[in-house]
Amino acid sequence: MKAIHHIGLVIFLIGLTIFTGSIFAGSFDLQKEQLNSFLESKGIANEFIIKELNEDVVSKGPMGIFEFSSSVRGALEKNNVHYDALIAKYDAAKDWDNKGKQYQYRINEKDFRAMSFSLAKKSAIGFVVENKGLMWFLTFGLGILGALMFIAPQLQLLGRKGIKNNGIYHSAATSRGWIAWLVLVYLVLFYITLYFMADYVVNWTFIVDPISLFLSGNEASQWFVYGFLYCVLMSVMAVRMYIKYRHNKYQVLRTTSVLFFQIVLAFLIPEIMTSLQMPAYDFKNAFPLDYDFFFSWNLDSLLDSGAIGLFILVWGIVLTVIIVPVMVYFFGKRWYCSWVCGCGGLAETLGDPYRQNSSKKLISWKLERWLIHSVLVFSLVMTIVTLYAYFTGANSLLGIPADWIKDAYSVLIGAWFAGVIGTGFYPIFGNRVWCRFGCPLAAYLGLVQRFKSRFRITTNGGQCISCGNCSTYCEQGIDVRAYAQKGENIVRASCVGCGVCSAVCPRGVLKLENGPEDGRINPTEVLLGNDVDLMDLLNKGK
Amino acid sequence: MEHIVIIGNGVAGVTVARHIRKNSDKRITIISGETDYFFSRTALMYVYMGHMKFEHTQPYESWFWKKNRIELKSAWVESVSGANKSIQFNDGQSMSFDKLIIATGSIPNKFGWPGQDLDGVQGMYHKQDLEKLEKNAPNNKVCKRAVIVGGGLIGIEMAEMLHSRHIPVTFLVRENSFWNGVLPAGESALVNEEILANGIDLRLEQNLEEIIDDGNGKCKAIKIQETGEIIECDVVGLTAGVSPNVSFLKNSDIELGRGVMVNRLLETSVKDVYAIGDCAEQREGIGRRRPIEAVWYTGRMMGEALAQTICGNATEYNPGHWFNSAKFMDVEYQTYGWVSGSRKPEFEDQFHWRHPVENICVTVSYHKDTDEFLGINTFGIRMRHEIFDRWLTENRKVDDVMAYLKDANFDPEFYSKHEDAIISHYNQERGKQIKPVKKSWKRIFA
Ligand SMILES: Cc1cc2nc3c(=O)[nH]c(=O)nc-3n(C[C@H](O)[C@H](O)[C@H](O)COP(=O)(O)OP(=O)(O)OC[C@H]3O[C@@H](n4cnc5c(N)ncnc54)[C@H](O)[C@@H]3O)c2cc1C
Ligand code: SF4
Repeated sequence: MKAIHHIGLVIFLIGLTIFTGSIFAGSFDLQKEQLNSFLESKGIANEFIIKELNEDVVSKGPMGIFEFSSSVRGALEKNNVHYDALIAKYDAAKDWDNKGKQYQYRINEKDFRAMSFSLAKKSAIGFVVENKGLMWFLTFGLGILGALMFIAPQLQLLGRKGIKNNGIYHSAATSRGWIAWLVLVYLVLFYITLYFMADYVVNWTFIVDPISLFLSGNEASQWFVYGFLYCVLMSVMAVRMYIKYRHNKYQVLRTTSVLFFQIVLAFLIPEIMTSLQMPAYDFKNAFPLDYDFFFSWNLDSLLDSGAIGLFILVWGIVLTVIIVPVMVYFFGKRWYCSWVCGCGGLAETLGDPYRQNSSKKLISWKLERWLIHSVLVFSLVMTIVTLYAYFTGANSLLGIPADWIKDAYSVLIGAWFAGVIGTGFYPIFGNRVWCRFGCPLAAYLGLVQRFKSRFRITTNGGQCISCGNCSTYCEQGIDVRAYAQKGENIVRASCVGCGVCSAVCPRGVLKLENGPEDGRINPTEVLLGNDVDLMDLLNKGK
Repeated sequence: MEHIVIIGNGVAGVTVARHIRKNSDKRITIISGETDYFFSRTALMYVYMGHMKFEHTQPYESWFWKKNRIELKSAWVESVSGANKSIQFNDGQSMSFDKLIIATGSIPNKFGWPGQDLDGVQGMYHKQDLEKLEKNAPNNKVCKRAVIVGGGLIGIEMAEMLHSRHIPVTFLVRENSFWNGVLPAGESALVNEEILANGIDLRLEQNLEEIIDDGNGKCKAIKIQETGEIIECDVVGLTAGVSPNVSFLKNSDIELGRGVMVNRLLETSVKDVYAIGDCAEQREGIGRRRPIEAVWYTGRMMGEALAQTICGNATEYNPGHWFNSAKFMDVEYQTYGWVSGSRKPEFEDQFHWRHPVENICVTVSYHKDTDEFLGINTFGIRMRHEIFDRWLTENRKVDDVMAYLKDANFDPEFYSKHEDAIISHYNQERGKQIKPVKKSWKRIFA
């Protein structure tokens, strides 16, 4: 069993190495016809850029992805320099007419990478493109196989069913050791590349092209790679959850639930909608986590899509305004955060080995409250400005330019906070970095949970022995013990109801439950067990 | 300002300090030689097992003490003079007090076994014991086998600890079934099975005769009294119970029994000197409780009560219904009220149900003549403390308890429920026709 475990790790690492190394594989040899058809599809007809791209890219012949990317971007840059010069020239000559005409030929810098990506996608040659199936096996295949071989033997290696957190703080992978740091660096680089330099990883898209074509009829984009990878990671790590918590039905059901919502609602249905020419939509992704729901391009696309578009629009609003808070009232925010949400789903599967690394310090709690509520406010302001601009046609509201605030939010919160930091920092700062410090939806649900909900974690009288397992394994950094040892129920905005505190408690002190609001908050001076009169005396006026 | 000095920063000492602070402005000093900050002794095992780091066992961050103006002094107290209101430290310094609270906890028992002070022989009580074990048994190469002597709660924890590092363990238990002085036979048997299923070499009715020296002052084997068998081992864990840690008071003016003798107000024989927690001995057991109760929550409750007294609201220590909990390897155990083991009183009858496959069982005890409910033990099922506390106060009949058992279940959501099976077994065994009543929030919060 141990041998299988170790061989699995080796196979996994081989798969991961090939996956990562595949970035550098093959070459990119842009043909004239490919370029022309691309430019045509984009409606780009200016001579200068055609000349530059031909000179700098087409005539150069096959290149590696990094050179290819910089050649394309270089050509686009030259184009902009050229037209900027013309603009300056006409400006000096006060030739407003001609000056105005030049703007259309400039290419927005934000689109450089996307154009490089599209051209790379068309022009790739070599092993990866020609052996998509084999490459899939060597990357995803080996990765999955290796990981499962690593995980499955734990059924025996971990010992009998029950809480087996043995050695977590002895391992460099789970106790902020060098392995954890290495994983952090890998994840951060992965996200930075994916979000900001997608053309570099165009080879990954070839590997999953067959799957994408099968599902939606389109070739894979970097987002398809991410979506597919996301589902694979969650599925494999769900197997780990099933083994680790096989004695705990709450954990088993919860894991199945997040897996279902991720694979079916977040991944498959949007792909199928695309293949049916509908706007792709993840029906569970609620605003403001789904921060671009009210962006003009999305509203336009929905309004252009007939009945289904209208349905999505109404559903999206009803989801946020009615379904989400009502469900939080009955079940707590857990129904979303640890049963449905995709970010939560990744945190609870891939991130579970890191849950103990969330900081329990009071100061972290203070930081958390500041940050998460600021993001909520930011998302709301951003959306109001966007909607105002959409309906009035104005460019800004109260001096805040709509495009600017949308971009700022998308990059700062959507990419950096939710992705690079939110997931990249798992290994060192715990698996809920985004959910705890950044998610505006979590902030909203948290307010409902704190002030109007039937959910609480009940503390079982005086049974707590202050051991600290609950606090240690709280992914949200809640100092559960601080409440439990005082006999107080835990009613905290940030609790996502993962149920692990209850699972790891060796004395059966904690129970997540939904019950009447009366008695939900129970401040107690003295714990149960002491003389009845003393308790009466001290708990008077409770 | 009145100076309250507390010896011992365990749960008893810290609880009394916290509550004195809540209710007053007195100067408070806590002294301990063991650690600078309060930690949870009950969690020592999890540090060795790698579930937690030592810092996680500390319930309060280090700023807490300053913020609450609780002074911490790291030192060992060597002697106390109640009459002079002063204590002496081992470094020659001394400190005076207006009121002294002794909360020095316990020490592991040693019964004069030959070789009991050899290297590699240790108890599991203090943080230093944890450090010793880390040194003596870091893995199964350094420690090829460990022997644990004494089948109590700390013994089984120590077995679990070593087992978590794949160190073979031999577990010597004096009784003919694990902890059967406390647990009813069926439960004790279940725990035996659990221990064996984990691959631990459980030796019932076997006692330690001697620990054998390897010639360099380190243990190399033990000899069993009954069989003369020699078992080679690198570590011997002595876990045959604990006793009050009061030897430093021997020459003081404070009356000692096994522990520091106290009355219900937790006052010792000397005015303004009090004792709480493991080291305190009641002049008479309260109810069916023993005079010394070395458990976590009694120390906490004594602290809560004494803080009231110190702050001018004289309050007797008056523990309510007995309860406790533990975990035997992977099986959780809870108890409410009194369910007796082999020393069962003549008036007590018991009903026992055990799950056909899982390590789950329940024992309910009741008065043979009056049918009054006396207590419940559960293995593998969590129960609601508040409900049983109330039912015990109300002197419910056992039938009534069985009927409403669902109200008391505290297992996590979606767990398989066993009340129907339990009640049907109860009906069968006692010829009753009790129908399980559906869980009601109204009753739970009544
Ligand atoms: C491994 C283990 C597991 C346990 N698990 C459980 C459990 O699950 N449930 C339960 O109810 N109970 C459990 N217990 C028992 C429980 O921990 C004790 O009852 C409780 O800690 C006693 O608290 P206390 O404050 O009385 O004393 P202690 O916690 O022992 O604190 C006394 C402190 O005073 C210090 N001290 C002593 N003498 C001096 C001196 N002369 N000068 C300076 N300092 C001194 C000691 O070093 C110590 O730090 C467990 C005990 C152990 C060892
Ligand atoms: S895990 Fe349980 S016993 Fe330990 S501190 Fe938390 S609530 Fe208390």
